[in-house]
Parts: sequence; structure tokens; C-alpha cells
Amino acid sequence: MISKSFNLYKLLPWVVTCILLSPIIAIVLSAFVIDDSGSFQHLLDTVLLTYISNTLLLILCVVLFSICFAMPCAWFVACCEFPTRRTLQWVLMLPLAMPPYIIAIVYTDLLDFSGPVQRTLRQLFGWQSANDYYFPDIRTLLGASVILALALFPYLYLLLRGAFLAQSGGLFQAARSLGLSPLRAFWRVSIPLSRSAMAVGISLIAMETLGDFATVNYFAVSTLTTAIYDTWLELGSLTTAAKISSVMLLVLVILISLENYSRRKQKVYQRNGSVSTDIRFVLTGWKKWGALTFTWLLISLSLFIPIAVLLYYAVHYFAESLNDDLINYTINSLWLAFLVAILALAVALVVNFYQRLNPGLGAKSAVRLSSLGYAVPGTVVAIGVLIPLTNIDLWLNDLFISWGLSSLGLVLSGSLFILVLGYLVRFSAIAVGSVDSSLVQVSPSLDLASRTLGHGPAKTIWRVNLPLIKKGLLTAFILVFIEAMKELPAALLLRPFNFETLATYVYQFVSDEMIEYAALPALMIIVLGLIPFIVVNNMLEKRS
Amino acid sequence: MSIKKSFTVLLAGASALASSMSYAAEEVNVYSYRQPFLIEPMMKEFTAETGIKVNILFAKKGLIERIKREGKLSTADLMLTSDFSRLALFAKDGLAQPVASDILNKNIPSKFRGKENQWVALTSRVRNIYSSSERVGPAPKITYQDLATPEFKGKVCMRSGKHPYNVSLLASIIAHEGEAKAKVWLEGLKANLARKPQGNDRGQVKAVKDGVCDYALGNSYYLGKMVNDPKQVSWAEAVNINFPNQATTGSHLNVSGISLAKYSPNKENAIKLMEFLSGDVAQQMYAEINFEYPVKENVQLSKLVASWGTFKADDIALSDIAAQHEAAIKLLDEVKFDL
Amino acid sequence: MSALDIQNLSCSYQKTTVLEALNLTLNDNEIVCLLGESGCGKTTLLRAVAGLQTELSGKITIQQKTLNDHKTFMPPELRKIGLIFQDYALFPHLNVFDNVAFSLAKMSKTEKQQRVQEVLTLVQLADMAERFPHQLSGGQQQRIAIARALAYQPDLMLLDEPFSNLDQHVRFQLIHEIRQLFKQRKMSALFVTHSKEEGFAFADRIALMQAGKIVQIDTAQKLYRQPNTVYVANFMGQANYINVEVVDKYSYQTCFGLLGSNSVIEQQAGQQLRLLLRPEHIAITPDLNGEAVVKQVDFQGALQQITVDFSGQEFIVRHSNHSSECLQFNIGDKVVLSVLNHDFVTFEH
Repeated sequence: MISKSFNLYKLLPWVVTCILLSPIIAIVLSAFVIDDSGSFQHLLDTVLLTYISNTLLLILCVVLFSICFAMPCAWFVACCEFPTRRTLQWVLMLPLAMPPYIIAIVYTDLLDFSGPVQRTLRQLFGWQSANDYYFPDIRTLLGASVILALALFPYLYLLLRGAFLAQSGGLFQAARSLGLSPLRAFWRVSIPLSRSAMAVGISLIAMETLGDFATVNYFAVSTLTTAIYDTWLELGSLTTAAKISSVMLLVLVILISLENYSRRKQKVYQRNGSVSTDIRFVLTGWKKWGALTFTWLLISLSLFIPIAVLLYYAVHYFAESLNDDLINYTINSLWLAFLVAILALAVALVVNFYQRLNPGLGAKSAVRLSSLGYAVPGTVVAIGVLIPLTNIDLWLNDLFISWGLSSLGLVLSGSLFILVLGYLVRFSAIAVGSVDSSLVQVSPSLDLASRTLGHGPAKTIWRVNLPLIKKGLLTAFILVFIEAMKELPAALLLRPFNFETLATYVYQFVSDEMIEYAALPALMIIVLGLIPFIVVNNMLEKRS
Repeated sequence: MSIKKSFTVLLAGASALASSMSYAAEEVNVYSYRQPFLIEPMMKEFTAETGIKVNILFAKKGLIERIKREGKLSTADLMLTSDFSRLALFAKDGLAQPVASDILNKNIPSKFRGKENQWVALTSRVRNIYSSSERVGPAPKITYQDLATPEFKGKVCMRSGKHPYNVSLLASIIAHEGEAKAKVWLEGLKANLARKPQGNDRGQVKAVKDGVCDYALGNSYYLGKMVNDPKQVSWAEAVNINFPNQATTGSHLNVSGISLAKYSPNKENAIKLMEFLSGDVAQQMYAEINFEYPVKENVQLSKLVASWGTFKADDIALSDIAAQHEAAIKLLDEVKFDL
Repeated sequence: MSALDIQNLSCSYQKTTVLEALNLTLNDNEIVCLLGESGCGKTTLLRAVAGLQTELSGKITIQQKTLNDHKTFMPPELRKIGLIFQDYALFPHLNVFDNVAFSLAKMSKTEKQQRVQEVLTLVQLADMAERFPHQLSGGQQQRIAIARALAYQPDLMLLDEPFSNLDQHVRFQLIHEIRQLFKQRKMSALFVTHSKEEGFAFADRIALMQAGKIVQIDTAQKLYRQPNTVYVANFMGQANYINVEVVDKYSYQTCFGLLGSNSVIEQQAGQQLRLLLRPEHIAITPDLNGEAVVKQVDFQGALQQITVDFSGQEFIVRHSNHSSECLQFNIGDKVVLSVLNHDFVTFEH
């Protein structure tokens, strides 16, 4: 017999949520509480508006390019029938394993004045110098937009494909029987119906763009993220950096509320998800070739060409690149990504099962709040975790010394702990979302059945829920793993003594224009992300 | 009591995990703004001589911020910088401590040492102007001021204005000519840029080779490094190295240097390393391997560096330049130099 | 001893009352149906008994074992209650055997085998043990769910709309089968549905719920013939009402003339009442001089349902199609209506 009393386990999700939220709270507090002797005012008077307009313009361009890339792909794969469609279905997701900054260095190398493309053109037309012809400069805002879109479009592709598949095929057929061409039917029926998926995808891409540091830094495009980085590390003002971060959080809040607003409408548009595979529109003739060219060209640009270039350099500089450092940093990256993925899963399970066992507004807000960190760029998260952890470290040391013990050193902020926490703040949301979406597919009556068959909540989770969301758990693990492998700015700012990841290692070479040495570690990041992705994908395909 | 005890054990375990190196006897922790491959040869030599292990934490940015934050818990013994402004900032923020060492006093001329040796310079380098050997040829009379004149429109390349090397150069111009004139110069320079500031100093030389521009700002030792890199030697061959302002103030000098951290846990070893780096062996290595100008007198320049010839250096005090550091950064924002 | 005793049970959330001071008692070996429109609180009541509804006041006991009162709340896993769902709730990752054996974790392998075989035989699916839920039809899945619940040997069965996802002909076959099974195993059950036909077929007694309360609980026949309220009367079947005036202890004045009652009328003479007339209580005969006119005719196979305009109001009557000289009514036909003798039910205005 259990009495009606307060349960301790209900506290855990809130502790987790508070920990994940602490960086954001710390930033906002330090931005408004501590005086920065006019540095922020100075920035506001001079360059801040340019940073903001650059940032917004970049987001706009990346979103537009991503739509151009993702929408046709999603439609071809979901609604049409043509050769290689089934392969494309998952191949189009693979660019998710590509860090944008690696795509950026590859194309810079290819398209630079001395790169193979311009060299060939010069030989072909007999041009002598840069003044003889016009060639678009990739190191611009527009160039950065294309590169980022090449790496980020799969987010939108995945969501749109899902939306197109969930739409009743009957609607599309109805539109065609009312005299619309397939393209017009797509435009007037499929697109409006997938508006909410579009909004979610766009906001994901916008957030990733906002958080990108390496690409814009490499292309010398000054955005809010680079401004935060520079203000902190060049001007030496953490407070001012926190203030810019707050400006950025404001931009984020706007983005998130836009997304929520569009999701609010989602219910109106949602159909009963009946996948209609038999009524795919069969492409023939030039349409078939058009679809083939578009999709495979896109994949080549975002995946095959970068990998080929990296392979070329990796092979040529193999002896110089393969050393103990590379092996050590690979192990570091793997271990870190693994640890973060496992912990993110734990967070996701705690928060999601709290919601399942105690449905209501409280649990829902715990899920929401714990996911907020994903929207916050790595640079900002780094500042956010440093502020509280350093203070806790100082307090702990004082405490220890007052107990007559020896000093601890920087247990939290000077160790792997801070890096793991920073990553968790950023990536828990991915796991939370993934577990959430697979858990809602498990009928609540299964839980009730198990409970009435003599199993308590814990046993029910173990015997019923966990086996049924295995797929979601695996997906969550892989997604977090890949993100953690790619993450750069948080690693740059938070890594402890003598600790490099593959990403920071690559960045170090890249910032010295030594792509040939960056190639092998960059390939490692890609391959180590791609392998689990492909393996898991095939496993899931086979099962279903 | 039992809670306190288990808490203690837990944290002790965590701290062991956190930084096992900080209290070991024979080692020294260096926070370095200079890239590991530039200093590793000297560090290896030091370890071979003394048996003291050198741990290097390298970062391009943020180390001072980090030490500041770590406060008295910092594991840093030494701060190694690639430019003077950070060295000065480190001392100014009270993160350094004085070093009483006769060896340092003897090896390094006083103008290359801070008050009570709170910082000491290890090498110096010139902020050169490279000119295209193909389109311009040697330009011995060139000045920094020339780069802002209309004849140079669209012909100049440089890295980000916010990079310490450029901030330092701008600060020296503010020190010499005042803020108003410096601003006019900076605006003129911005107008003359062939492309937005980007890349590093090597990248500028490459841009000259590629024909993007005719002139580039860069530190002297980069050319030496490029000459010895099979891929980059062709870049180096595309430029002439020029010492600016020979008829006027002299070429801008910057230094790399080292500072003893206030809370250094391995102070003795740290001072040993400082002394070693100022000594003949290390100074010679700096000259030979890194193509820098040693600060110790009577140390031979590398052949290549010697072949560039002698030059007149700007003899303004380093501290006068450091004083203008903040003004320089604000000026760069005001003219939106990098945007 | 009663199989289930609910006293004064109230439940409300977000300021709306879902259950209001509700009382209900189930006798041993009795099947009671909770019947009502959606939103009347019947599912909440079921969830409360199962222990899935926490914000409650009142007392629930099963076989004198207290599940819920002001100081205790027994979690569902300790209640020994079998719960059957509309969506069957079979665990999709387990086969039939493992589903049925789900609650038997502590048993030895042979015991388990034996028990599973036993209950599977009861639901006539003994050869399906290796199948997975998605390989079974809806009816089969529900039988497995019942077998799974029986394997746990619950003190009480709760069924939440268990038949509503099934086809019409499978449905009633399964209802009868399971009723027989429960009777044979002396199983008490509380059964929730919104379909009175299912209630009629499955339950011993029907508790009709309205807005969080049980308005009447009795056998199906009683509920149909002797409803307490107009709501009950309407819910249980087609109803016509006429205004009547009490003449004396034995008769009413109506639009059909004076009608004599089989029992003593308690109301005073002169009081106005509403008299319930089921369609089968009214006879219809063609008559060229009749005052009533046929408005609409619906052919329903064995019956014709005829809407008739009489005395300024519409009546719904039925005419059986059994006889060989089967009468076919047409719209506009003149007819005569007459009230057949039965136990009258009246309501006050």
C-alpha cells in the first residue's frame, strides 16, 4: 500500500532541466547584472547592427537555398517513382554527417584562384591574371550560405518527406482529377499541407545557421556568433559577450515562437498518416533525367566531391597525417561523443518518462525547457557553462580548505566535465525529441495493461516501453553522436588541458590554410559519423 | 558527517580525474598562444636537458580569459604569447608575477623586459610589407602610410584587422601620430583593400602570388617558413620582402614573449624554462628554426634572415604601444574595418 | 461480500466535475454495464477502479479490500484487476505466449506453460501461441487480451469499450462467448460501452450514467420498460410522449381517449402528466376515415417504421412485415392509431 505523498523521483527531471537551463540563466543574469564599462554601448554604436543584419541575411539566404535543395528532393522521393529512388531516400540524409566548415574548406580549395577549377578555366581561355575574368568569390556571405545549405538541407528534406508521405495520396489524385498538372497539384495541395513541417525544418536550419562559427569565421563573414567569440577573446569582456549572447537569445526566442505558432496550426492540417505508395507519380523521359540529375548532383556537391577532395589530400599526405596525435584525438572524439550520446539518452529518458507518468502542463514544460539549449549556439553555451561552473569550483575549493583538506583544483570547469555538460546542454534536445516522438507512438493502454497485470511503473518502463522505443533510442544515440563528433566552438572554448578533438584539430590546420593536413582528420569525422548512421539505417530498414 | 565524507571522496576522485598533472613534481604547464610546432623543438631540448616535462595548452584565443577565470586554481605556470599586446595585458591584469633571475637580466636587454621581469620578450619580428616580385619588384622606400594612399587602391591584402599583429601596428601608429590621423590612415587602408580581411599572413602572400593584390602585410618569419615548405615555396618566390618606414620612424617591431603566472604551481621549473628559453641554445633555435630575430645579443641570425639585410626598427617603447591597444580596437570597430 | 463497492466517489479536474458522489455495488459473479454518452464519466469511473485516476475522493473496495479512500491509494499493479481495452493493448514486441505470460514472471516454466495453455484454450486460440499480435484479427486479438487478463486471475474484470473496434457479426458472437466464459469462471466484471445493444447482450445489469452520476441501475428489461427519467427512456429506445390528465385512480384522459391503467395511479386526479409510448405500444391500421396521416415510411426489413401525424403531433410506430397479407403503408395514407394495453410509465412535467 502506498500513501498519497510526494515522490522523490519527481524531483529528478526538474534537477536535470535546471542543470540544462543554467547556462542560459547565467548568461542573461551576467548580461544584465554586471557592468561592462560601456563596451556594449561602443559595439552598439559601431558594428553591432552590421553583425545583426549579416546574421539575419545569412539565415535568410541559407533557408532559401535549403528550400531549393530540399523541397524537390523530398517530393521526388516521396511522391514520384524513378530509378534509384529507394537509395536516395537515405543517401539524402547523409550530408548530416558533414560538418559545414569542412565543406567550406574543400570548396575554397577547389574554387580559389589557384585552385583546379580556375586554373583549368585559365588554361582553357588563355587568361593571365585575376583581372582578366570574373569568377564569383566563395568567401562571401552568399558563398557561406550555399555551403551551409549544402550541409543543412537534410533537416528540411527529412521533415518534408515525412509530411509528403503522411498526406493522403487521395488528395493529390483529387487535385489532378480536377485538372491540375502534377506540378500544379504539388504546388497547390502538397505544399500548403506541409507548411508546418516546413516551418519546423526552417527553424532548425535557422538555429544551426545562427550557431555556426567555423564556416562564417573561415569566410570572414561577421555574424553575432563570431562577434561573441571576438568580444570575449579579443576585447576580453565576458560581460559584453554575454550581452551580445542575450541579443542572440532574443533572436532565438522570436524564431522559436514563430515555429510554435506554426505548429499550433499543425493540428488543423494533420491527416491520418496513411502512406500511399501505390500512387506514386512515375517519372519518364526528360523528367526522369531531370530528377536524377538534380538529386545526384546535390548529393555529389554536398557529399561525394568533398569526400573525394579530402581523400585525395589524405592519400597524398598520409604519412605526415597519420601519427599518434591523430589516433589520440580520434579516441578522444569517439569517447566524448559516445559519453555525450549516452548521457543525452539518459536525460531524454528521465524527462520523457516523467512526462509519460505525470502527464500535464508541468511535465510538458520540463520537456520544452530541457530542449531549449539546442537552439543556443555552441559559443554561447560555452560562456553559459563556464560562468556557473567556475563559481562552483571556487566555492568547492574554499569549502575544502575550510575543512582542512587540500585544494581540489578546477574539478568541474577544468575537466572533461565542463565539455560534456556543454555538449549535453546543446544536444539533449535531439535525444529528447527523438525519444518523445517514438514514445507517443506507444499506445498508453499498453502501459495501463502492464500496470494492471501487476507491474509497477519501473517494471512497465523496462518490459514494455523500452523494448518498444528501441528504434527511437538508437536513432537518438546516433544523431547525438554525430552532432558531438562535429561540434567545434564549444570544444574550442571548453576543452581541458592537453585535450583535442578531431574537430579542434581540423580547425587548427584549417585556420593555417593547411587543408592537406586537415584532410585525414576531417575524413575521420565524416566516416565515423557516416558508419553508424548507415549501419543503423540499414538495420531499421530491414526490420520494417 | 558521513555525507560530508562521501562528498569528499567523490570530489577527490573527480579531481584526480580532472588534472593529474598539476601537482606532479617535475613538470611545467605552459599556456601558449604560439602554435605547438613552433615551440616544441625548444621544449624538447629543455626536457632533454633538465628532465622536466612540458605540458602545452595551445589556443589561438582565450587563454588569458581562461587564466583569469581559473584564478588561484589555475594550473598555468607560464603564459607564452606570440605578440606583445597580450603579454602586456597579462601583466596589466595582475595575472603575472615578478621573476628575480640574474640569468634573465643578463640574457635579455632591459627594453625587452617588463617591470621586475613580469614579462620578458623571447624573439622579435618585423611587420613587413611584401610586394609582388612580378608586378612591383622590391620597394625599399615603402611606408605603412603609403598603403593608405590612392595609388594603392585595390592592391593591398591583409588578415583581420583585429588580429593582434595588426592591432599592434595600428596602436603604434596611434602612438606616433595620434588617433585622428590613425583613423584617416585606417580608412584609407580599408578603401585600398583588394578583398575583405581574411586568412592568415601566409594567405596574404598566396593572394599576392595569385594576383589578387600587389602588396601584403605580414610578419617576417612567415617568409622563412614558406621558403622551407615544398608546397609554399612558390608563394614565397612570388614576393619581395620590404622593411617599411626606413626613412621615417622605422619598421614596426613586435615580440613574442613569456610571463610567469601569478599562481604558478611549479614556479621553480617555470623559471628554469624561462631562463632556458632566453639562453643561447634556445635563442639559436628560434633564429634557425623559426626565422625570428633573437632578443639575446650576439646570437647569430639564420642565413636567410641575414640575407634580408639590416633595417631600422621603430624604437618606440613597447609599453607606449600597449597603451594604445584598446583605442586601436575601438578604432577598428568604428571604421568597420573587417566588415 | 460484494465484488466491487464504490461509495461517494467524486472526481474533477480543471474545474469540471467528472464524477459526482457516485455509488455503485457489484455482486459476486455479476456483470454490470456502464452505459452512457461519451463524456458522461463512465471511462473515468473505470480508470478510477483500475487505479489509473489519482485525483479522487471517496472509497473503492473490492472483496472488502480497500483500494482507495481518503488516506490510501493502492497503485494499479497491486489491485488484481483485469483491464481490457478498445485497442486490445497487446504488446507488439511479444508473441501471444509472452503476452499471456506477461503477469506470470514469478512462475516456473512448466507452471507458466500450463496456465497459458489453459487460458488460451478457454478463448479457443490454443494453437496461436507463437503468433505475434499483428498476425491476428481484431477478434482474436481481443480474445488474447482477455486470456492475458484471466491468466493473472484477477478479482474483477474491467472492460473499456472492448467490442467497438470489431465488425458487427464478430462482435455479438464474441460478446456471447465471453459472457459465457465469465459466467463459467464466476468472474465479476464492469463493462463500459456507449452501445445499448452491447450492454443488453453482455451485462446482467445496466448502470446508465449521465453527467457523472448513475441515473438508474437495473436489468435491461427494467430500464427499457420502467425508466426513471425521460433521459433513460430516450436513451434506451425510441419513445413517443403524449400529454395525459389523471381522471381517477385507474384511468387517464388522452388524445386516444380514456386509457385504463393496469396499476393504481398515485397522482391526484386532474394532474397533468407525460405518458411514455414505445412504438410497439401503438397499433396502426389503415382506415379511409382515419384522422391520422402517414408522413414517412422507412422499410427496415422485418419491420416498417412509420411516422404518423395525429392530433397535432408526430408518432413513430412500427408495423411488422411478418404476415402474408403484409400491409404496405404509403405517404398520405389515412390510418387509425390505438394504444395497446401495457404497464404505463408516466413522467411529471
